[in-house]
Amino acid sequence: MAVAAVGVLSVVSLAVGAAGVGLGELVGSDEGRSLLTLSRWPRTAALILSGAALAVAGLIMQQLTRNRFVAPSTAGTVDAATLGVLTSLLFFASAPVMGKVLISTAFALAGTAVFVVLIQRVQFKDVVFVPLVGLLLGGVYRAIAEFVAYREGLTQSLSVWTNGDFSGIIQGRYETLWLAGAAAVLAYAFAHHFSAAGMGRDFATGIGVDVRRVTALGLSIAAFTTAVVVVTAGAIPFLGLIVPNLVTMAIGDNLRRTLPVTAMAGAALTLACDILGRLLIFPYEIPIGSIAGVLGAVIFAALVLRKGNRYAHA
Amino acid sequence: MIAVDNLTKSYGPATVVDGVSLQLPQTGITSIIGPNGAGKSTLLSMITRILGADAGTVTVDGVDVFASPGKKVARLLSVLRQDTSMTARITVRELVEFGRFPHSGGRLTPECRAAVDEALAYCDLTELESRPIHELSGGQRQRAFVAMVLAQDTRYVLLDEPLNNLDMAHATGVMRLLRRLAEERGKSIVLVLHDINYASAHSDRIIAMRDGAVVHDGPPESVITPHALHEVYGMEFTVHRIEGDWIAAYYR
Repeated sequence: MAVAAVGVLSVVSLAVGAAGVGLGELVGSDEGRSLLTLSRWPRTAALILSGAALAVAGLIMQQLTRNRFVAPSTAGTVDAATLGVLTSLLFFASAPVMGKVLISTAFALAGTAVFVVLIQRVQFKDVVFVPLVGLLLGGVYRAIAEFVAYREGLTQSLSVWTNGDFSGIIQGRYETLWLAGAAAVLAYAFAHHFSAAGMGRDFATGIGVDVRRVTALGLSIAAFTTAVVVVTAGAIPFLGLIVPNLVTMAIGDNLRRTLPVTAMAGAALTLACDILGRLLIFPYEIPIGSIAGVLGAVIFAALVLRKGNRYAHA
Repeated sequence: MIAVDNLTKSYGPATVVDGVSLQLPQTGITSIIGPNGAGKSTLLSMITRILGADAGTVTVDGVDVFASPGKKVARLLSVLRQDTSMTARITVRELVEFGRFPHSGGRLTPECRAAVDEALAYCDLTELESRPIHELSGGQRQRAFVAMVLAQDTRYVLLDEPLNNLDMAHATGVMRLLRRLAEERGKSIVLVLHDINYASAHSDRIIAMRDGAVVHDGPPESVITPHALHEVYGMEFTVHRIEGDWIAAYYR
């Protein structure tokens, strides 16, 4: 079902655009074909890849921390990645995109690692308390980033990274996202290890899983994907939080089964948000970050307030 | 054989397990009893390398549990812990499949599937296999965890208070299941128990601990005695022979 949704939404995404070129012309005329390869296809592919990758990153983080409220946006990962891009821009301005991605990944990983160490140290492991620590930590990273950006006149760039916008995506400007897709595939190869780690440290140790190593791998994948998306298109708020929650609620926590569905659902939601953003004030656009922010907040609130929900006693 | 040599664990100034040395047999049921804080669970956690030791060694059939790869150890001994309250939403079958992890690393072979099927049937769970574990009753969940350990197919099975929160029917059911495992499969089952009468009725050997040390070690008839139990728990017991079992009374 999720695959079909992604298929349909991809076609819609390809068909919608300010140039008013329909599907027939996209493949039928030379002009249409160049529009397709230059702009429409890159944008659609970018949406699918970032949506899938961010959702998978959220799923892994949720499993490894055993907390359903932990995601790239609530564990400081996005903010640390942003600080990383800013740093790369200031000190390694001439670095290629890949260089920026790697610097941003290093920051995201370090930032998330601080979070993980913090939550392992605190005794009080309340379901809501844990992501609050992450949000606080993210706030600190964000404040540092904003201070630096303000001094360097880069405050506008900050919002570009934290509030995703795919309107600038054209051929040659999105290809790094394939790496995020590759990271998601790698995550699938280790799905069972993540599931085992999600059952708890003692449980995992009992069946011979090295939790430390699995956690390091999983967080590296999550940090890398987040960094790639932040550098290329900007983070999409709530995505990594709500998609894994909706999917695991429906089909459980066995990642072999859950991970591909999460990826597809993430892609579908991203496509839908972007299409909505393009249609609402056509021919202008609302950035996907804003649409996802509003929609995500509503879904998230519904999840938390749902009657008899599992968070109340989780 | 599991050889425990001079195992020690301290938390700050408190020594919880104090230089314990013992050998656990290749078959049969061995129960570890003792008052709260005697170090039973800590000892079990160290033997199963879930907790690191401050000093001492544990070898399982010659394999050092602390120094060997996790998977290798997990093919020799399996462990069932006290805290089986799970927030993960997985089915009974998926839980049991985790037991095959040390053998196949998550990619189930036909042999694995057969082992899972058999473990489910053995624990009378075939009909519940697609139920989520959090929807099960305490007794059913405990059986599901025993099935997982069974699928792991190790010679040594260590359980930390497997009867916790179970009513009499379920507790007896779990003990019978473990007894069958020991007899029919020739496994060595080591469990921490609070109920000394369950220990007495089902064990081949009882190890009694107090203050981090082993104070009595032997068959039920030598440990379930007023004198020995008084030493362990510091209270009065009367022991009765009922239908071949030594049953301790301590309720008044």
